[in-house]
Amino acid sequence: MSAFDLTGPAGRGRVYWALADCWNVVRRGLTHYQRQPVNIAWQLGFPILSVLLYGYVFGSAMRVPGGGDYQDFLMPGMFVMTMAFGFINTATVVVYDSTKGVIDRFRSMPMASSAVVAGRGVTDLIVACAELAILMLTALVMGWRPDGGWEFVAAFGLLLWLRFALIWLGVWLGLLVPNPEAAGGLFAVAFPLTMISSIFVAPQLMPDWLGRVAAWNPISSTAAATRELFGTPVGGGDSWVERHALLMAGVWPVILTAVFLPLAVRRFQRLSR
Amino acid sequence: MNDDGYAVLAEGLQKRYGEKRALDGFDLTVRAGTVHGLLGPNGAGKTTAVRILSTLIRLDGGRATVAGLDVARQAREVRARIGLTGQYAAVDEVLTGRQNLEMFGRLFHLGGRRAKARAAELLEQFDLTDAADKGVGDYSGGMRRRLDLAASMILTPAVLFLDEPTTGLDPRSRGDVWDSVRALVAGGTTVLLTTQYLEEADRLASRITVIDRGRSIADDTPDGLKNRVGGDRVEVVVTERSDIPRVVKVVARVSDGEPEADETELRVHAPVTDRVGALTDVARTLQDEGVRVEDIGLRRPSLDDVFLRLTGHRTEKEAAA
Repeated sequence: MSAFDLTGPAGRGRVYWALADCWNVVRRGLTHYQRQPVNIAWQLGFPILSVLLYGYVFGSAMRVPGGGDYQDFLMPGMFVMTMAFGFINTATVVVYDSTKGVIDRFRSMPMASSAVVAGRGVTDLIVACAELAILMLTALVMGWRPDGGWEFVAAFGLLLWLRFALIWLGVWLGLLVPNPEAAGGLFAVAFPLTMISSIFVAPQLMPDWLGRVAAWNPISSTAAATRELFGTPVGGGDSWVERHALLMAGVWPVILTAVFLPLAVRRFQRLSR
Repeated sequence: MNDDGYAVLAEGLQKRYGEKRALDGFDLTVRAGTVHGLLGPNGAGKTTAVRILSTLIRLDGGRATVAGLDVARQAREVRARIGLTGQYAAVDEVLTGRQNLEMFGRLFHLGGRRAKARAAELLEQFDLTDAADKGVGDYSGGMRRRLDLAASMILTPAVLFLDEPTTGLDPRSRGDVWDSVRALVAGGTTVLLTTQYLEEADRLASRITVIDRGRSIADDTPDGLKNRVGGDRVEVVVTERSDIPRVVKVVARVSDGEPEADETELRVHAPVTDRVGALTDVARTLQDEGVRVEDIGLRRPSLDDVFLRLTGHRTEKEAAA
């Protein structure tokens, strides 16, 4: 039998193939959206519906402590919520691939095994950019007016930074839950966890103890920081974590990644046991 | 291939899950260019063996080589020479058949253009050209399995692992998959086939390893295994129970063993060597004596019989029936 050259026909190195494999896994993920555009509509449907409901239905009854427009408070919160719920999408795809044997086929092939997880992460970030763009357009149509400039770019970056950290939570959960049906149940857990934050309501308006929990919710920091960067710093509290929202919006994802990336990698390696 | 002409070589494989020993000193040798059946009931360790040999899980003890390469130390090299199809390796159900094969081709590092060309070739070979641009979710079970096989054949592997390739397929699709497997072997690929279907191993494999409780308990040709149970038997079914003693006497004359009588099924059978001679002799004598015969014939032992003889217990399917 002729020896098969593992580095490929052009004799390229390991790093080249790790990147090429990753890109091919990304292509697969994006092709899924192209073949099932209704999926991205579902993913966007919930935040857009929430924007409309909270903006128009509850909007007039909602107030922001210290004054300010509720819309300026709400829109960054919606962007954060969409990023936060993203981990459910990650988990759903991973649990599907692992229970249906797609991950096993990848693992039985001479491709870089890192590409399986990395490709998923890059796909999710690309999709997150598209989601944010569509949501921001919706917000602009509704009259939301953020500041432009580098602060806008920084806000966009912080939102993706949060999404990036939650990819590892999604991969870990996707490898942990036994079947795709169970992944659907994650929403029931995620929804209250995102409500107890500064996404819809300022923590000062909650009962004292709940407000403190909400302020320390990692996604509250990203929400407060992006409000600041969009030039509409409304509804901020005066606890330490709220006064350092920009710092904490950078730090929380580091902590989340430090916890869930090793868990996800360990779970992935356990597939060989 | 390695010096001995073996495509797969496993010695004393051990795999434990907690207290349970999934493999307990499992041995296997598969000659290059053959179809080798790995036969055993559910939970015998077939899938564990295939997952170790295809580098999906690590072994706890023993040694295994595939295409001459050590599965533990040269996993990546092994992966470039194997294909895996069955229960545990799947295709993407959202993508089309063509998109699947092109994606896997690129992940096998063929490069875009060669991946495209190879996908078209395989779609043709596995008779999927008409459905090539449909989503796999709309494929029938048989088409899916053929696409699965095609994905395993992208690099024309030296060794192909088929883990229960026809489980859950209707008889026609099963026949199609069998035809595909025969074509692959004709092209030089070695196939290790796990199955609970005794008929499947009998039809496809030139050699069979029987596995039970994590150990190989027999390794032989299909005919060799059948001979262990005894060769062919002549069998007579009568309509009247009172005829049984007479039939036993007639059958004993042609048999080289002791006839066995089953009173409830009104059946008498005995081992014979001169198959046709014995059958004609028994038929003529019974007719002369005026015994009314419901059925008469020669029976080759089935692999179910083999399994019962080797393990002392029946296969799962039989036990459930």
